[in-house]
Amino acid sequence: MSEAQIKSLEKQFDERIARDEKIEPKDWMPEKYRKTHIRQMSQHAHSEIVGMLPEGNWITRAPSLRRKVALLAKVQDEAGHGLYLYSATETLGISREEMYEQLHTGKAKYSSIFNYPTITWADMGAIGWLVDGAAIINQVPLCNTSYGPYARAMIRVCKEESFHQRQGFEIMMKLANGTPEQKEMAQDALNRWWWPSLMMLGPTDDVSVHTEQSMKWKLKRKSNDDLRQQFIDQTVPQAELIGLTIPDPDLKWNEEKGMYDFGEINWDEFWQVVKGHGPMNKERMKARVGAWEEGTWVRDAAMAYAEKKRNRKEKRVV
Amino acid sequence: MKNENLYNYILGIADNSLILGQRMGELCGHGPSLETDIACTNISLDLFGQVRSYFQYAGKIAGDGRTEDDIAMLRKEREYKNVLLVEQPNTNFAYSIGRQFLFDVYHLAFLEQLQKSTDLTLSAIANKCIKEVSYHERFSSDWVKRFGDGTEESKAKMQEAINDLWTYTDELFHQTEADKAMVAEGIGVDVTKLKEAYYKNVGELLEESTLEIPESKWFQKGGKNGVHTEHLGYLLSDLQYMQRAYPNMEW
Repeated sequence: MSEAQIKSLEKQFDERIARDEKIEPKDWMPEKYRKTHIRQMSQHAHSEIVGMLPEGNWITRAPSLRRKVALLAKVQDEAGHGLYLYSATETLGISREEMYEQLHTGKAKYSSIFNYPTITWADMGAIGWLVDGAAIINQVPLCNTSYGPYARAMIRVCKEESFHQRQGFEIMMKLANGTPEQKEMAQDALNRWWWPSLMMLGPTDDVSVHTEQSMKWKLKRKSNDDLRQQFIDQTVPQAELIGLTIPDPDLKWNEEKGMYDFGEINWDEFWQVVKGHGPMNKERMKARVGAWEEGTWVRDAAMAYAEKKRNRKEKRVV
Repeated sequence: MKNENLYNYILGIADNSLILGQRMGELCGHGPSLETDIACTNISLDLFGQVRSYFQYAGKIAGDGRTEDDIAMLRKEREYKNVLLVEQPNTNFAYSIGRQFLFDVYHLAFLEQLQKSTDLTLSAIANKCIKEVSYHERFSSDWVKRFGDGTEESKAKMQEAINDLWTYTDELFHQTEADKAMVAEGIGVDVTKLKEAYYKNVGELLEESTLEIPESKWFQKGGKNGVHTEHLGYLLSDLQYMQRAYPNMEW
């Protein structure tokens, strides 16, 4: 294809996106669009799968049968999200195995928040309320993103995430209204998860590298700082409602701006965790790689069995 | 308690689902593939759902305000009535599948009969559970076939698991005092009558999977009377942790 032809295709492509048309797997797309989507969508899928681990950690110890069933269902939903996000990403011409390979070798990232440990039951509440809350703020705009399979997957993901968020808040509310020991457990979880949740919305706009191009492709519709502000403004009244204190002495309602002012985020910690040196980075990867490697003989057996079955069927036909 | 036999009978059924659900729940996030991970979590979810129905009913029968969680999480190790089979650990995925399969074939036949119970609550629960359990049985049987007739490695692993777990199968057909009383009243299932068909069905599936039917006639028992393997204590310390560490609280 000549350079002029590509230019013209690119122009048509940009116009389609500007008209809010969806791009579908078989449509022509610029290579950079394909690669950026593979990166973001697979990262999203990996986050769902790695995100199963910190919550899975409490399945055997959930405090009641009702909570255990809800937690199992929630972690199962996350596996489901991973499954259809991997499938949506496969439409861009990469296999699930290749994506796993990228995750296991550290080439692909996943959300850093899952590199923090879940040390008490209240962490199940805090993750649902804050982490899923921040995820929804990130993801709702993606229901209108330009790539069709991603947008459709996100509609379903967001519905389930908002259910998880309410469930998490309900866990926190129950603890906050419980015994002094339970309230302390809830406050402690909020103290530990608050700042990592703010970091989850990404680096500040002045250092964020991907924003401009992603805005054009509707992969991103608001800047990180705007999303963070939205999350804070939405979450602070919820904490007040259940009598918990946001662990930020600089947090203050700014009447003039109509939003909260908040304290300095420790970006050194953020980069430390992103670069692989958070409290649980090594354990999370070990768990994922371990499950994959220990599962090799299982997957091989399934393939061998399917092959044998096919051969027998063919023989019968002959 | 007025209906002590019925209470104990329900616990005998529900504890199998409780302990097996707990074991399957351990696999969540660590399955050999995303699809199997989802399926195992789903089985665990079904089993805990069943447990809740049984224990809510048992709580009503006890009539002293004890809740489903009290029954599930606040008994001593000798008071759990599950068969030894379901408490066996997830040594590898072949063991998890083997345990599931050997239990599912029994569970399905048991529920078919429990549907006919004169106790309408038990019959309704059985009616609801049977749909789930027939899916479990299909899932576990399919994997036994894949492993048995898959690769040499999977065959060896599956055979080893079946051989090791075989010793716990006979107990499924033992009757406790509560069982006998409930059978006499038309409420309970006579498990001794399920034995022949069980070994026939299991045997056929193993043969189809090109696996050998273990010949050993040495069997272990005790779970139904609260005498368990060493594995159960550790499982219970996880299951009961929150209720023990933070007693009398709502979650």
